[in-house]
Amino acid sequence: MKKITSTLLISSVLALAATSVSAGTLETVKSKGHVQCGVSTGLAGFSNADASGNWQGLDVDVCRAVAAAVLGDATKVKFTPLTAKERFTALQSGEIDILSRNTTWTLTRDGSLGLNFAGVNYYDGQGFMVSKAIGVKSALELDGAAVCLQSGTTTELNLADYFSANGMTYKSINYDTSDATIKGFEAGRCDMLTSDQSQLYSLRIKLENPSSAIVLPEVISKEPLGPVVRQGDDEWFNIVRWSLNAMINAEELGLTSANIDSMKTKSPAIERFVGGQGGKLGIDDAWSYNIIKQVGNYGESFEANVGLDTPLAIARGLNDLWSRGGIMYAPPIR
Amino acid sequence: MPVNHKKSPSLPPPASEVGIVVWVKKNLFSTYANGVMSLAAIVLILLLLPPLLDWAFFSATWSGSNRADCNEDGACWIFIANRIDQVFYGFYPAELHWRPNLAGLLLIGLTIPLFIKSFHYKNWLGAFILIIYPFIAYFLIHGGSFGLEVVSTTKWGGLMLTLILSAVGIVASLPLGILLALGRRSKMPMFKSVCVVYIEFWRGIPLITVLFMASVMLPLFFPEGSDFDKLLRALIGITLFQSAYMAEVVRGGLQAIPKGQYEASEALGLNYPKSMGLIILPQALKLVIPGIVNTFIALFKDTTLVLIIGLFDLLAIINLALTDSEWLGFDDEGYVFAAFVFWVFCFAMSRYSIALEAKLHTGHKR
Repeated sequence: MKKITSTLLISSVLALAATSVSAGTLETVKSKGHVQCGVSTGLAGFSNADASGNWQGLDVDVCRAVAAAVLGDATKVKFTPLTAKERFTALQSGEIDILSRNTTWTLTRDGSLGLNFAGVNYYDGQGFMVSKAIGVKSALELDGAAVCLQSGTTTELNLADYFSANGMTYKSINYDTSDATIKGFEAGRCDMLTSDQSQLYSLRIKLENPSSAIVLPEVISKEPLGPVVRQGDDEWFNIVRWSLNAMINAEELGLTSANIDSMKTKSPAIERFVGGQGGKLGIDDAWSYNIIKQVGNYGESFEANVGLDTPLAIARGLNDLWSRGGIMYAPPIR
Repeated sequence: MPVNHKKSPSLPPPASEVGIVVWVKKNLFSTYANGVMSLAAIVLILLLLPPLLDWAFFSATWSGSNRADCNEDGACWIFIANRIDQVFYGFYPAELHWRPNLAGLLLIGLTIPLFIKSFHYKNWLGAFILIIYPFIAYFLIHGGSFGLEVVSTTKWGGLMLTLILSAVGIVASLPLGILLALGRRSKMPMFKSVCVVYIEFWRGIPLITVLFMASVMLPLFFPEGSDFDKLLRALIGITLFQSAYMAEVVRGGLQAIPKGQYEASEALGLNYPKSMGLIILPQALKLVIPGIVNTFIALFKDTTLVLIIGLFDLLAIINLALTDSEWLGFDDEGYVFAAFVFWVFCFAMSRYSIALEAKLHTGHKR
């Protein structure tokens, strides 16, 4: 009950703040000359600062794309590292222009916090990791298994739902932190470990021998992560949404940062993509060209930050294009 | 009768009273209980120390550039070396590191004369360090005037930020705490109740709540777009919080001063500020040095809580480095290093406090 009251209080304060927010993020961004982007305080592959302090990652690239679209320069982004609790307030109070911080799109957040989700840049979901040695190919073969998990998260509830829906039993072994969970898994306390898939991959690197474990293909919950903007500024909302869509469309069209100059006139769809739609969004016509030239298409960003050649080694899976068996689908640019 | 005025040479102690064996027997195995505990301690040390030293030094990797260079059995300190700039300065631009360095050196240079006995202008120098120096340090580190480029506080981090947070917290909370302690013992009811309410309010809430309110709720009450610096908010929160604790420590000292001292200062015809400043406070503060330093050490470590509001202090920088996908899984090295740095500073403060007590021991030394 206490939690409900405090949630109500926070959402009413946020809603109050939302009404006081004036439109015109685009003008503000243009006049200050940079995009202020809210990121995490460190999440491998999604938003993370390297040794020289440069932010990089899949979430960071969304902000860079918006900067490329609006200001013509992908480097004109300033980052505000935010904890999970601060993130919505920072957006509401105008401290940041975009929140791109592995934030799950849910009805409650969309409906009651005065925010809008501009799209999905990573389809996450709860998955399972097992030791290769036990030779299991699917979670359905794991009836009666011992499962390591972090207690007090929705992970626990999703797991219970999944196992009871499939008429299987399990024994849960609870830990307080994700680090303790992976230590328990490594010590052989459990047959499998469950967590959000993106996290499973970064936990796997912490194993003594990362290739000894595999992530199973099953995804048992929906965690669509995407960039968030303030509600009530449709112009800015459109720019962020279409910057992300441009990255996904470019991959579909085969445009990369390397070949966009030579491909410009290859097909009518590509001509439409690179030429003159920016006016409809209130930004420069070269917006889509700038995004692809400076940041790259969605696939490039994925492979560079979390893909198979990175230590995380995340397969495209759900995040592959719809035409290749995934669910990444962007409306056409025309 | 002839008197021998020469002092006869002292004889060496009997053989049964000297030597390492006797020392061990006397100190470690004097009783059965003592012997058992000594043995247990020795076994524990032999069990823990060699593997620890082996991990931290002998099998450790000291040079290299990436995780492939790391030795599996020992600590991999190249993880820290790789991030050392960030550990010290956060995101402060590398080419401007000389500015915080200069500010630090200046502080050390200014403090040295305070420890020289024959230096006569200690009061003036002390006042300069406390009142003028913070502005110099601010202009050096933040920039914005004298042609120095502005480095916004969002780029401050690492050990530098930890030190700034604790130094400001310590320097600002002590005078505030003294005023509050005096206020709480005041005979004026309004003044007294304000101080009591203040102290009890701030002591009644956790620091994490204060920081959280300062960072999450406060911005909602400001007009949109007004950017009230996050570091400043945290600093104000920490100072207000810490001054309440300081007030109670100082009040403890005030209560330990015998009534005769108060009466004596009144009998001398001293007014309130003079009797407090010349008679009561010097004695009271001297008594509570351990308590004050205790509070400072606690504050120094509490500054790590700023990581929940997205400021990158030393610990938060280590946490950030640990999420670098090139370096996942080096938690042990990261946290051991952070613990070591904190220990060095806390130990230094504690030694300084002991030295200060020894210097001011007049009257109460046992």
